[in-house]
Amino acid sequence: MKIITGNDLRTGDVIWWTGEGWSRHVNDAVDVPEGAEAIIARENAKQIVTDTQVIDATLTDEGVRPAHIKDRIRALGPTVRLDLSLKPADPAAGTWVI
Amino acid sequence: MYQYDSYDQKMVDARVAEFRDQVNRRLAGEIAEDQFKPLRLKNGLYLQLHAYMLRVAIPYGTLNGAQMRMLGDIADKYDRGYGHFTTRQNIQYNWIKLEQAPDLLADLASVEMHAIQTSGNCIRNTTADHFAGAAADELVDPRPYAELLRQWSTFHPEFDYLPRKFKIAIIGSETDRAAMKLHDIGIQLVTNDAGEVGCKFYVGGGMGRTPMIAPVIGDFVPPLQMISYLEACLRVYNRYGRRDNKYKARIKILVHEIGADEYRRQVEEEFAHILTLGLEPPPAELERIKGFFEQPGFDAAASDDLDLSDPDFAVWVKQNVHAHKQTGYAIATIALKPVGGIPGDATADQIRLMADLARDYSFDELRVTHAQNIVLPHVKKADLYTVWQKLDEAGLANANLDLISDIIACPGLDYCSLANARSIPVAQKISERFADLGRQQELGELKLKISGCINACGHHHAGHIGILGVDRKGVENYQLLFGGSEGADTSLGTITGPGFSEDGIVDAIEKATNVYLDQRADGERFLDTYRRIGMAPFKEAIYAKEPANG
Amino acid sequence: MVEQNLRYRSDEPVADPAVTVDAFADQSNATAVRIEPGDDARDLLPHLDRLALVEVNFPAYTDGRGYSAARILREHGYQGELRAVGDVLLDQLSHMRRCGFDSFAPNHDIDRAAADKAFATWPEVYQKTVDGRPAIWAKRHG
Ligand code: HEM
Ligand code: SF4
Repeated sequence: MKIITGNDLRTGDVIWWTGEGWSRHVNDAVDVPEGAEAIIARENAKQIVTDTQVIDATLTDEGVRPAHIKDRIRALGPTVRLDLSLKPADPAAGTWVI
Repeated sequence: MYQYDSYDQKMVDARVAEFRDQVNRRLAGEIAEDQFKPLRLKNGLYLQLHAYMLRVAIPYGTLNGAQMRMLGDIADKYDRGYGHFTTRQNIQYNWIKLEQAPDLLADLASVEMHAIQTSGNCIRNTTADHFAGAAADELVDPRPYAELLRQWSTFHPEFDYLPRKFKIAIIGSETDRAAMKLHDIGIQLVTNDAGEVGCKFYVGGGMGRTPMIAPVIGDFVPPLQMISYLEACLRVYNRYGRRDNKYKARIKILVHEIGADEYRRQVEEEFAHILTLGLEPPPAELERIKGFFEQPGFDAAASDDLDLSDPDFAVWVKQNVHAHKQTGYAIATIALKPVGGIPGDATADQIRLMADLARDYSFDELRVTHAQNIVLPHVKKADLYTVWQKLDEAGLANANLDLISDIIACPGLDYCSLANARSIPVAQKISERFADLGRQQELGELKLKISGCINACGHHHAGHIGILGVDRKGVENYQLLFGGSEGADTSLGTITGPGFSEDGIVDAIEKATNVYLDQRADGERFLDTYRRIGMAPFKEAIYAKEPANG
Repeated sequence: MVEQNLRYRSDEPVADPAVTVDAFADQSNATAVRIEPGDDARDLLPHLDRLALVEVNFPAYTDGRGYSAARILREHGYQGELRAVGDVLLDQLSHMRRCGFDSFAPNHDIDRAAADKAFATWPEVYQKTVDGRPAIWAKRHG
């Protein structure tokens, strides 16, 4: 699948396109097989998101999994500070990125 | 320490106002990201993997207790309770909100600090010997010159859009603790037979993709012409440095391509012209600045004795304490390198504790080292034990300075959007593998440096052991280098061969240290043995096939 | 492309079209020249007295060679109009002014009020350049 990601302009938070808006959780990301450019142009123009891009991902049992390790780390948080990641309670969360 | 006067303060205040205006224009949609990006970068605000990252300048790595305390408070108020000290003697915060950045800068300005020119293709924060003003082997205190340089380089109108970033380091002793020859310009303050001070200019060093050791360009530039000479060096670079390819845009490439002699000739020609313009601050300005760097009020009667009956303390003293020019005093280094920890990270509480220790025991002074550690430069020997106890309580008494676990590591793929691989987990695994301090001491001085990509922020070229993260078909992979060094014997490391997995690299390093233990001659460090016996025995050991039943 | 001109001189603008540095060398009657980033401003030094306008082109704002070109001309006594042309941004105006530019022809709109504000960004300056402003060190030591 193709998903859209970016950063919240004001806070810098990593965000994912949900079809209606933006979420901090990669599992909320929706497949955008086409029309991504138009969505990006429209959302950029609203001045609420920055550094938008389309990336590859797959839908797994555990949810949406970005194809590249860099995007998986973006989705999770720093693997060396899981307490600050999106899965602070899961000590094995780091293995998800590999 | 230097203190701002109203002029200096006006400059940082003006910068805060300017940046506030730029952020407002961005948030109001008046400027687009591609215009805003270079503006925020000029203020050290990057967009990293997870959030905005702010790099705060610590000019020549020197700060006082109030400034350090502010760095801790900022970590709590605007970030997530910690900061990362970098190889460029700066601090980085990883979770800054754009909308709060102007307030953060205003807080910094209230303690005479800023984030000016901590990114972008301009003259970056000048670094210096972290033992300046304290080291027993110092000839000339580089700090007044570094401050002169700071002021000259701040908002320099001609050199704000150079071909590439520009980094200057300055030292004033024989021992080079600032990797001076691996900078765009390294200045070594030296004295001649008549006792006069001169600046020895090394130009065109650097790491990154094409590491180079800087050749000497100016032998003995009078200190009162230092600024003019810098103007000449920079102008020649600005006019002729390559713009067509950012990988070839650093001054090292220019000096290499036209040759040191031709570059020197052009600099001399420009220098002769610039000397006619009166750009140099007057002697009185250097004297004024020097006035801020007088020796603190040392107790001349302080005892040189040290009670080493506590063995843990003795180990720390042996490893982390250096000789001071003043009898009865010592330089103490706080290694931010706990076993299994993140090199260079400190919590807000730890930062504030170090600020308190500086206030109470080190004439209110601290230094950041390029090895991502903190220095208390002027501790009375009689106070060392107390200082150590307080550090120990806060988990900051790691007695591993310059040992294998005193690792330099860049943020790598855990934070950095340019990374190919993670650096920090590798550092953690190595320090865990060699956790036993006795074993580390047996291995002796061993500088291990890790970068997560070819940009070499972790100085991997200059590590006795260097590690470079690469991307092998989407999987993290690590190349190993041996034989790098920075300092008087600067050399660049050589890649051993095929790369390793994260666990593989830890095994390989262990095997290499075993070769060293086997082969070393008396008094040899790992680096010395490597230089004597060469790569072959190491290579053989690290690439040997394991026996099948291993 | 907008070609507006923010000009901070009181003399009459030069009407002549600016020629290239190469062409200028062979044209004894030209009074206006345009410097591209790769040109050596020092080639013009022997002819400063017959020049009334020098345009310095910034094809991309990131290419800062023009700052040095401007300063070199002023340091050698050039008195005529020095115009920054091309990708000239609001946030660069004050540095350009400090390097000797007294006229700006950005290829996009910059309004005069915003420009005036930009020139006033730095209440003080650390370096002596060619704009006549005293450096902070000069003020400190009277
Ligand atoms: C996390 C964000 C960072 C980014 C995006 C970044 C980017 C870069 C880039 C692109 C280069 C190569 C420059 C060139 O070769 O022209 C570089 C070099 C360097 N960076 Fe960083 N860096 C980052 C963090 C750091 C940190 C945390 C440190 C200190 C620990 C650091 C210290 C250095 C040093 C010492 C160099 C080598 C200088 C040289 O090439 O001569 N950087 N950085
Ligand atoms: S070396 Fe590469 S990965 Fe590490 S901080 Fe620098 S740019 Fe990022």
